[in-house]
Amino acid sequence: MTTITGSHSVISSLEHEGVDLIFGIPGGAILPAYDPLYSSPIRHILARHEQGAGHMAAGYAWATGRVGVCVATSGPGATNLVTPLADALMDSVPMVAITGQVPTHAVGNDAFQEAYTVGITMPATKHNYFVTDPDEIPTVIHQAFHLASSGRPGPVLIDLPKDVLNQETEWHPPQDLELPGYKPTLDGHPRRVKEAVEMLAASRRPVLYVGGGIIKSEASEALTRFAEISNIPVVTTLMGRGAIPDSHPLCLGMPGMHGNYTAITSMQKCDVLAAFGVRFDDRVTGDPDHFAVDAKIIHADIDPAEIGKVRAPDVPIVADARRVLTQMIKAWGDRPPVANQEWLDTLREWQTEYPLSYDQQPDGPIKPQFVIEELARVTGGDAILVAGVGQHQMWASQFWGFDQPRRWINSGGLGTMGFAVPAAIGAKAGMPDELVYAVDGDGCFQMTFQELIAAAAHQIPVKVAVFNNGAHGMVKQWQKLFYGGRLSASLLNSEVVDYVKLAEGMGCIGLRAEAPEEVGPILEKSLTIDDRPVVVEMVVDPDEMVFPMVPAGGSNDNVILGPERGD
Amino acid sequence: MSLVVENRPGVLARVSSCLARRGFNIHSLAVGPTIDPGLSRITVVVESENIEQVKKQLHKLINVIRIFELEPSMAVERETMLIRVAVTGTARTEAIEVANIFKATVVDVGYSSLTFEVTGRPAKLNDLIELLRPFGVVELVKSGRIAIGRAAKSKPSRMRAVG
Repeated sequence: MTTITGSHSVISSLEHEGVDLIFGIPGGAILPAYDPLYSSPIRHILARHEQGAGHMAAGYAWATGRVGVCVATSGPGATNLVTPLADALMDSVPMVAITGQVPTHAVGNDAFQEAYTVGITMPATKHNYFVTDPDEIPTVIHQAFHLASSGRPGPVLIDLPKDVLNQETEWHPPQDLELPGYKPTLDGHPRRVKEAVEMLAASRRPVLYVGGGIIKSEASEALTRFAEISNIPVVTTLMGRGAIPDSHPLCLGMPGMHGNYTAITSMQKCDVLAAFGVRFDDRVTGDPDHFAVDAKIIHADIDPAEIGKVRAPDVPIVADARRVLTQMIKAWGDRPPVANQEWLDTLREWQTEYPLSYDQQPDGPIKPQFVIEELARVTGGDAILVAGVGQHQMWASQFWGFDQPRRWINSGGLGTMGFAVPAAIGAKAGMPDELVYAVDGDGCFQMTFQELIAAAAHQIPVKVAVFNNGAHGMVKQWQKLFYGGRLSASLLNSEVVDYVKLAEGMGCIGLRAEAPEEVGPILEKSLTIDDRPVVVEMVVDPDEMVFPMVPAGGSNDNVILGPERGD
Repeated sequence: MSLVVENRPGVLARVSSCLARRGFNIHSLAVGPTIDPGLSRITVVVESENIEQVKKQLHKLINVIRIFELEPSMAVERETMLIRVAVTGTARTEAIEVANIFKATVVDVGYSSLTFEVTGRPAKLNDLIELLRPFGVVELVKSGRIAIGRAAKSKPSRMRAVG
């Protein structure tokens, strides 16, 4: 066994875990680890801000299903990772973050670029490590990848003091995981599965409520199969869009605050709500006391703490979504589909009566919903769609039409503005043969657009459609609806920014559409450019609002449909 | 609740941070080693209407190995207290008499004070505090509660391994 440094051990361990791509920024304390990286086959993308590196790792993880890796130095490098870590924890994204730390003898002395990274990131990670012995590196990294990717996935951080990186050690393949306190339950209890099947079989108005857990556990096929044999309609949450194709007759689309009427109301009126890989998030349930009050609840999730956190289920199942759905299919056996024709007819009527709608006038301003539909048309829907947070995100989720899992990447739980650009870069870096198109708000874009410089430098040709409505649109929408139209600090002075020049200044191509008839051709033009990133500015109607809407904390019985429906 | 945790730096911070983060109020917390040097025991008294949720959130911590919920009726609970009262002259004897009833022992004698040590159920400690209060309590230190589940009182019908 040859003697190597702690740094070499880190890189060898990453190689051993099959890492091919990492995102990061070097700096003082992490510098030793960057030296062996120089001669490693692992590709490194130099982000322009550590937050960008973190979201790139998340985008990579979403798109590929593998663990995303990001690297930062101590102090500000590490604190800049806090947002992407918290984001990944909320949305259960498998990530490993590696941070440098000041040398162990300086720890606690307020040394230059020292921050208490492990303490700061404790509530923002699934688990974190402070390594004091270089011999521990292989085991710690192996554990970190296991924790990040198994059970309920999440981010794991490893803090490495500079002296530990420089010390001599030996690298040996990690053997034992040694995690006595970590044993996720994967299979559903057979008795509970039987109860769930019997409850659904006897139901008349059942709904399957599915989310990110389906995507994470690769359960789409099992879900679709179970929905088909039982003939039960499905709502897909923001995190679960694409879990079952939107084009599937049983798919009702997205529920929640900006969901469609049918998806929201189906949950309100159902008699059995079977939830898989979801957490009864407040954006879905609205006021939990008025949520699906008459429904019996089946709740299957890999995280026991989610079961009963918001709503006590009648049938609790702790399990991996794919495994439990496979068990459900088996337990369903040759039972006939649920006798729910009347229910399905009602749902069809609602779908006809209350479709998602908007009004694009040929000579009017560009409606953002029209951009999403045009983008779906010109790409044939064959793209990984990435969004930030706000109005544009909701329009993308409403109007795209998702037909596959892992083709929709956005920030759900934490609602991290600025997520789209770096996440799209990470997704494209991980899936170079796929078209990766980000839609972003102008507010979001201005938070992280500098990562496009990294994309241009590394030849990662992502495309970004920026919805320029000159405002933090969702904030403005709330101010118009709930604050008497007093637009306090929500306008962005868009006359100051030239997005085409900005794009060109970052080594990207800049395009602009200002009228509805320009949207399709400009988007088509963007698809012809594949040697560098493209920014497409869409000058959209600044007054367009997202509907339907259930005001925060309100009952899902009171859906505001929007001006086209008389609300 | 009684938690068996890995004996590593920072585990106590993880437990207390998890409780604080989820909005559970810690009444008392005591930590100590177990017979296994790799493990520590944390006894924590929390105020919550949803103790099940507290347990589940703590279980998510990777270094937490096992959690026992100790119902007061099914556990032996103890706490140790050091209490210093300001006494001189005849008051000294009076204070000692009160303390004797509670099996409290004098552990320090000063020019104008007495310090007692007493162990017992939390209610007993509180009773003693009330009775010593008229003498003038100068300082009071409590260990935090520790507890152990009560063992079976009859022979089990079938022997089985208890983990």
